Amino acid sequence: MSRIKKAFENGKAFIPFITAGYPDVETSEKNILSAIENGADLVEIGIPFSDPTAEGPVIQTANVEALKNGITTDKVFEMVKRLREKTEVPFVFMTYANVVFSYGMERFCSNAKEAGIDGIILPDVPFEEKDEFSEVMKKFDIDMISLIAPTSENRIAMIAAEAEGFIYIVSSLGVTGVRSKITTDIPTLVSQVKASAKVPCAIGFGISTPEQAKEMSRYADGVIVGSAIIKIISKYGVDSPKYVGEYVRSMKEAIR
Amino acid sequence: MDKSKGRFGTHGGQYIPETLMNAVIELEEAYNRYKDDPEFNRELTELFNEYAGRPSRLYYAEKMTKDLGGAKIYLKREDLNHTGAHKINNVLGQALLAKKMGKTRLIAETGAGQHGVATATAAALFGMECVVFMGEEDTKRQALNVYKMKLLGADVVAVKSGTATLKDAVSEAMREWTNRIEDTHYCLGSVMGPHPFPTIVRDFQAVISKEIKEQMLEKEGRLPDAVIACVGGGSNAIGSFYNFIEDKDVKLIGCEAAGRGINTKETAATLNTGRLGIFHGMKSYFCQDEYGQIAPVYSISAGLDYPGVGPEHAWLFDTKRAEYVGITDDEAVDAFEYLSRMEGIIPAIESSHAVAYAKKLAPTLDKDKIIVVTISGRGDKDCAAIAKYRGEDINE
Repeated sequence: MSRIKKAFENGKAFIPFITAGYPDVETSEKNILSAIENGADLVEIGIPFSDPTAEGPVIQTANVEALKNGITTDKVFEMVKRLREKTEVPFVFMTYANVVFSYGMERFCSNAKEAGIDGIILPDVPFEEKDEFSEVMKKFDIDMISLIAPTSENRIAMIAAEAEGFIYIVSSLGVTGVRSKITTDIPTLVSQVKASAKVPCAIGFGISTPEQAKEMSRYADGVIVGSAIIKIISKYGVDSPKYVGEYVRSMKEAIR
Repeated sequence: MDKSKGRFGTHGGQYIPETLMNAVIELEEAYNRYKDDPEFNRELTELFNEYAGRPSRLYYAEKMTKDLGGAKIYLKREDLNHTGAHKINNVLGQALLAKKMGKTRLIAETGAGQHGVATATAAALFGMECVVFMGEEDTKRQALNVYKMKLLGADVVAVKSGTATLKDAVSEAMREWTNRIEDTHYCLGSVMGPHPFPTIVRDFQAVISKEIKEQMLEKEGRLPDAVIACVGGGSNAIGSFYNFIEDKDVKLIGCEAAGRGINTKETAATLNTGRLGIFHGMKSYFCQDEYGQIAPVYSISAGLDYPGVGPEHAWLFDTKRAEYVGITDDEAVDAFEYLSRMEGIIPAIESSHAVAYAKKLAPTLDKDKIIVVTISGRGDKDCAAIAKYRGEDINE
């Protein structure tokens, strides 16, 4: 059984997002381990991109800072390799098309597989453009994670039917970031996705509190949290692993 | 890549978040419905002629021609359009389309501010809301245009992320569009971004080469030997080239901003220094590092200060149908001053890149050759910055 599939077998999955190299490689590595020790079922690891067009200000800043501090795609691969020696929790990369394309698609996927990556999320590659990427990923047994948005409507069945690993349901319009309220009709959106999906689905964008997570987990198989965690990292810097751990534990308990 | 749309060779496509897919599909469907609609075209032509002042003149620059002593030089005067640049062509087309689609709000990115001013102008004319995203750096370089946009009723958002220039303004406009799609049309200003923008913007700008062809046949009874235009994203250039692409004897020459030189890091000459990549919705050439991080490009011209180029230009480059040359800041500033004194025409610093190449090319050609240089915009907006470049503070 694939590692991603296993992530959804321990009740509802909690999926934290952590930007590699923010504020530095060592701290992000510790944060990922701390999240896993405290119940993360799958970890989304962000490879920073200079111009992350799908991100709100919090993750944009993390991307810029991490790059300023010298993170590179090769250093992220090395970090994942070290983490993989310590854990079997699935990892998916979250990055932008150019980071993969420019590195060389074959070379990227080969190195990612060797490091222990299970899936890749590319928010700027929609269904119409995915084959170019997914065909190479398939060769290396890496799942290409598809996203479905509140505006997907008539596209949902088509995307869900071809989805691999898990489906990332975008809860809200706009970019990533903490939201006090999610206004999308989540029950309807999730049920539409589930009608065609062969893989589990997790909801992300705007979720920060245990209450929101609990509400989302009533419908979906997992909950993804990014900006709220990056905010903690930005606040506590090198001391953040302890606080990230506490936060992940509270979120996992809320949805268990 | 069978499902992928809007390809120019390997370039183009739709590399955007899923959230925007239905919006670009809706736009494509609306465009396909209206582009050949007689009523739509009648309205657009009326706006072009009565409001924007088209057709723009094709002016024989006799003094410049004599001074350079070679090919005959004609200037396509897009600077004489309402709002002072070619940008209005595309904006009137898109605003009319947005109106037909029932949109009530226009958002746009802008570099030099010309596209922002044109969008704010169309929004005022059509009674639409308007928000323009502009890099903070550019709001300083182009303070006059910021004032104009506000005067026209637009909100101007100074973008502080990244290099605070055109690329960041595009990113921020895209982010805003994902946030509010229902009533909002993203009026993209160049032949870039996801399909259908490169095609739509090209079609609205193609009026430039359509007119050049008619005017040239009328004045000279033949086609020109070369057409020269500056290239940032590439909208005035594709507009100037488009109706000549099939006329293989007409040389098409795009002038990129080389900044301090194509061998320095302070350049924005994408086709001369960039590599194939995927960014801002399209596959094309981009200035980037070995890991695909987009480079912080540089040019004195805010309108050419962009790390990518439209996909159709990338294709014209690959197929060698067009040639792309780099023009430095120094050469552009010299050309800015040259055309002002020689012909009494103050060109935009962007257009000055094309003038600079014409200055080099014309003397190498025989007197019976003809070249057309597109003056994409007027240079009023640049006077303060050029004065500063020459060490003079005119305290705008």
